[in-house]
Amino acid sequence: MKGTGKMIPLMLRMLVKKPDTILYPAQKAHVEEHFRGALKFDQALCIGCKLCMRVCPSAAIEIERVSETEKVFQAYVRMDRCIFCGQCVDTCPKKALENTENFELASTDKESLRKAI
Amino acid sequence: MAKMMIPLGPQHPALEEPESFSLLLDGERIAAATVALGYNHRGMEKACESRTYIQDIYLLERICGICSHSHSSSYVQAVEAIAGIEIPKRAAYLRTLIGELERVHSHLLWLGIAGHEIGFQTLFMFVWRDRELVMDLLERLTGNRVNYGMNTIGGVRRDIDSTQTEEVLKALDILEARTSYYIKVCTEEQSIIGRLAGVGKLPREDALRLGAVGPVLRASGVRRDMRKDDPYDAYSELDFNVITDDHADVLGRTVVRVFEIMESYKICRQVVRNMPDGPIAVKVPAKIPTGEAFSRYEAPRGEDIHYVRSNGTDRPERVKVRAPTLANLASITNMIEGGYLADVPIVIAAIDPCFSCTDRMIRVQDSRSGREDRYDWAGLRQYSIDWYKKRGVDLSQTKAAWKD
Amino acid sequence: MALSLINILIFPGFLFLSTLALAFEYVDRKLCARMQNRVGPPWYQPIADFIKLMSKETVIPTEANPSIFKSIPIFALAATASAFLYIPIWGQRSLYPFDCDLLVVLYFLTVPTLTFFLAGWFSSSLYAEIGSIRAMTQLFAYEVPLYMALLGPALLAGSWSISAITAFYHQNPLLSLLNLPGLCVAIIAAQGKLERAPFDIPDAETEIVGGTFTEYSGRYLGLFRMAVDSEMVALAALISAIFFPALLPANPVLGLLVFLIKVLVVVFILAVIKTAFARFRIDQMVTFCWKILAPVSLLQIVIDIIAKGVILS
Repeated sequence: MKGTGKMIPLMLRMLVKKPDTILYPAQKAHVEEHFRGALKFDQALCIGCKLCMRVCPSAAIEIERVSETEKVFQAYVRMDRCIFCGQCVDTCPKKALENTENFELASTDKESLRKAI
Repeated sequence: MAKMMIPLGPQHPALEEPESFSLLLDGERIAAATVALGYNHRGMEKACESRTYIQDIYLLERICGICSHSHSSSYVQAVEAIAGIEIPKRAAYLRTLIGELERVHSHLLWLGIAGHEIGFQTLFMFVWRDRELVMDLLERLTGNRVNYGMNTIGGVRRDIDSTQTEEVLKALDILEARTSYYIKVCTEEQSIIGRLAGVGKLPREDALRLGAVGPVLRASGVRRDMRKDDPYDAYSELDFNVITDDHADVLGRTVVRVFEIMESYKICRQVVRNMPDGPIAVKVPAKIPTGEAFSRYEAPRGEDIHYVRSNGTDRPERVKVRAPTLANLASITNMIEGGYLADVPIVIAAIDPCFSCTDRMIRVQDSRSGREDRYDWAGLRQYSIDWYKKRGVDLSQTKAAWKD
Repeated sequence: MALSLINILIFPGFLFLSTLALAFEYVDRKLCARMQNRVGPPWYQPIADFIKLMSKETVIPTEANPSIFKSIPIFALAATASAFLYIPIWGQRSLYPFDCDLLVVLYFLTVPTLTFFLAGWFSSSLYAEIGSIRAMTQLFAYEVPLYMALLGPALLAGSWSISAITAFYHQNPLLSLLNLPGLCVAIIAAQGKLERAPFDIPDAETEIVGGTFTEYSGRYLGLFRMAVDSEMVALAALISAIFFPALLPANPVLGLLVFLIKVLVVVFILAVIKTAFARFRIDQMVTFCWKILAPVSLLQIVIDIIAKGVILS
């Protein structure tokens, strides 16, 4: 019976240690910097080239012109499609798009999945 | 007791993904077993043809949630070979680093699953706790925990700075200490050895005959590793050993995997220490010249093969993926026949199966008549047009979005 | 009459046992979680689980016999609740002690395993049938060592009555040290009886889905879980009554407290065993029980017979 219960010393040590898991919604989850989370859009920088729409692997982003006279654009992201690859951020020639560290994007309402950002 | 047939899957707690195994039981012993594939066909190869080369990286990365870097690397290697691009040295080193960290995370995940399959929850919990360290590291280096999005055609997308290098080295030290502990547990704890030793035997000749790959093959005593046999990225410049074992059973596969983790730490250290300076990517035009190429990559589960054919446009004409699980599946029935029912989950888990990566077709069987239907592309299109026509929608004039 | 009803239904009967069962389920789960470096469930989790199961839809397989299917969990619960009545929990005497109550308690505690077998068998499901065959095979492996381990102390005390055994060791506390091998066997066999890891072979989730309970859902599954939890309390109480009878204060309230601490110790050991090992295969389990547990429990009987001859004569 040599070599039985190899993990018992570690287990008993853990009894007095702080647990490694967290109670998630109550405690905040740790996110590393430069995480590729929800997209952020800077309206002032966008020139409406729509390159992001062309490279997006899942057709998640849409750029629409909001004003008849001026070159002002609004970005919409379909959260049910976005795969957070960040290709649009890399492609954007004016750096109008950016990944944030926000990952808590679940929604109970299907309509709200297409978001203006 | 009479022999009875029991289904293991397509829905079963031992399997993470649907796959159907039918076992003929003689008491607790398995008299015969059959495997039925085809519950997870996702049509990815076809989908690749309607997307650009860049978009395909992200699609193919999602073939597998665990060896995502392997699939995307394998694919970009093939595309780079067609386009005749030499990637910068630094990019090759970075790909190697991510690839090895992925191997660590995949093998730790496997060790945890193995613990779960043999009913050892504690091993599962501890190993997965420490796997989080690798996941956090990958998140810090690439921005994502699972589908890293590190590769692009012509190089990598993110660079690593000196503080990140320090963090990698620090995390590797902790991981190495913990992994040595798990090696000790796995090779000395009698209740684990009792469940793993002599289970799922696959002798060397059978492993070669049935075309097993990766840790399964290496545990049968065959030295085969794409990193040595057909070096890619930076592997030709690195010093590491190919781990083999002669147990030829599940214990052997465990030993190969845990020692491979240690080799990966060694490789990661060499990579971050010898990282050359320079650009991380070269510019590649969107249109790839006509040609074809195939590339091999040692994924954590074994040899991963991608074949790409181009036609001069910005979309590939054909992409074919051979996931390592397909090669290993053939040996499963060999391994479980004659064994105990209790050992089936761990034997299946021991090839580290990834059924969704493997499936390339779907089989439709009418549950009442037992009739099977198989369609080719044109037939499937015709079937759907007829189906809608019966319901009052005429789609026959609609142009197909892709070539027939 | 009214007092007996209160005794049976409220204290120390059904209600007290159920509360204790849920409390010790929490202790067990929390200890396991902390040993695995997890946070673990909050204190109300077992109650929440129980209430949730009670309110869920119950599905009865069409091929199963509905009346047997429904009544089996009640048998299991009733048997453990009856066994608990004969175990002394606040002093040296149980509620209704009589001459051979140890045997009766042991038989009552075998009933749940039999109900697991019947539950699996009458579910008419492949996994449940395999599970019930495994439950029976396992019963033959651990039952003999368990009985022999409990027989030793009874031999030394010269009585089949739990209350008398407790009283005997209370007077001669040092003699209970002789029963240490039996204690080890009893705790390991209890683990098998409760079908907990590493002996959770009859309901090994990764092999045969839910084993004997595959087809059970809702209220009846809740009753089964309650029965298993009460069985754990009853077995832990039996082990602590027979193997650690020392330190029993005369005050019933203090006595109850001491009893709870002893049960807690047994549950702690059970939790450590549950957490520390991989699941055995059925052949390994049978071999282990007959090659290691049975000889040790025989040794226990030999020790007790010699002790009776040498010390007490």
